[in-house]
Amino acid sequence: MPRFSFLRTVLGLSAASLLLLSACQSTPDKPLPIYGGEEIAPGDTVYPRIPDYTLLNQDRQTVTPATFAGKVYVSDFFFATCPDICPVMQTQMLRVYEKYKDDPRVGFISHTIDPSHDSIPVLRDYAQRLGVPTARQWHFVTAPRDTIFHLARIYMAGVQLHPDAPRGVLHSGAFALVDPQRHIRGVYDGTVPDQVDKLLADLPRLLAELPEAPAAAAK
Amino acid sequence: MSTRVTFRPALLRLLAALAAVALVLPGCFTDRQNEGQRLYAARCAGCHGANGQGLRRLMPPLAGSDYLQRHRAELPCLIRRGQQGPITVNGVLYDQVMPAHEDLTDSQITNLLNYVHNAWGNRAPKHTIREVSELLRACDGSDGR
Ligand code: HEC
Repeated sequence: MPRFSFLRTVLGLSAASLLLLSACQSTPDKPLPIYGGEEIAPGDTVYPRIPDYTLLNQDRQTVTPATFAGKVYVSDFFFATCPDICPVMQTQMLRVYEKYKDDPRVGFISHTIDPSHDSIPVLRDYAQRLGVPTARQWHFVTAPRDTIFHLARIYMAGVQLHPDAPRGVLHSGAFALVDPQRHIRGVYDGTVPDQVDKLLADLPRLLAELPEAPAAAAK
Repeated sequence: MSTRVTFRPALLRLLAALAAVALVLPGCFTDRQNEGQRLYAARCAGCHGANGQGLRRLMPPLAGSDYLQRHRAELPCLIRRGQQGPITVNGVLYDQVMPAHEDLTDSQITNLLNYVHNAWGNRAPKHTIREVSELLRACDGSDGR
């Protein structure tokens, strides 16, 4: 039963990463952690930033880090014909979307890891069926596969090629929470409602870091 | 508040008999230890929802689905071979891919369908394994188990 074993691998991967990550989980009174910090000298830590990228969304618009300037955003990786975890993830992402719908401080980005199938019309149809009429706030994006895979590693979504997996790719359901400085401030298993509760609790804490009157500034 | 329970031999025998029946019964009916429900949770709920509610216009619902009645005889093959192309459920047009389930036995498909037919307010007669095996022949999908 290959499907089961993939699911197990995927869950295993995410469980393992969550165990690792729990080390940098913060307490409510402290600011959210910044992921992946490296101490280059005692007391001097550098934090990686999401690198530059150029993607295309379901409305055929270019998406770059500038799209999310001044905003907090949530990222995930999926594909339209994904038989196991994606519908679960998108159900959970919808919870976050519904809560912050029309809030200009919050953006969403879902990257397809199957760009050869998920053309722009496919992405647009998928988004609309999910109840996302335009890319104004939630971008369903595509790019050459290598670009997406590279980003997936950066957003900690554990994408891997696997000959026996559906559409040849294995991925985890990780959601990453990113701040306006392009730092990852939270990673959650998007297939687990409790983890998404945590994301819903962390998001306002990150928004509280934004400068005053961000709504006007962000638009 | 203490209630004392004393097991009299007759009661014990009755319990033993009941236990024996409970062990034998699942053999007679098709639903081994809620197999339908367990399989649903493991194999279908991700897409169709824990309560069969579906997901917006992406995944069709199974709770209250008119498709179940209209296509009752095709359901075993739908589960076995998967389904793609536009289909209408409760007046809404869906067009995604449902994967095949080649590893399920005929009896597991029977239990799954019987669960779906009677969960979340659905009410429909149950299928027997024999009936499902026969229906599966339409897509050459019966494994005879
Ligand atoms: C990967 C997601 C996915 C999984 C897993 C899945 N389905 Fe489906 N199912 C779909 C989609 C999508 C359709 C509609 C297909 C189309 O658009 O042609 C569908 C259609 C159906 C239909 C007919 C339409 C309706 O809503 O009444 C039934 C019945 C059904 N599925 C039952 C099941 C059962 C039982 C399982 C578990 C063995 C299952 N499905 C697993 C996605 C899935």
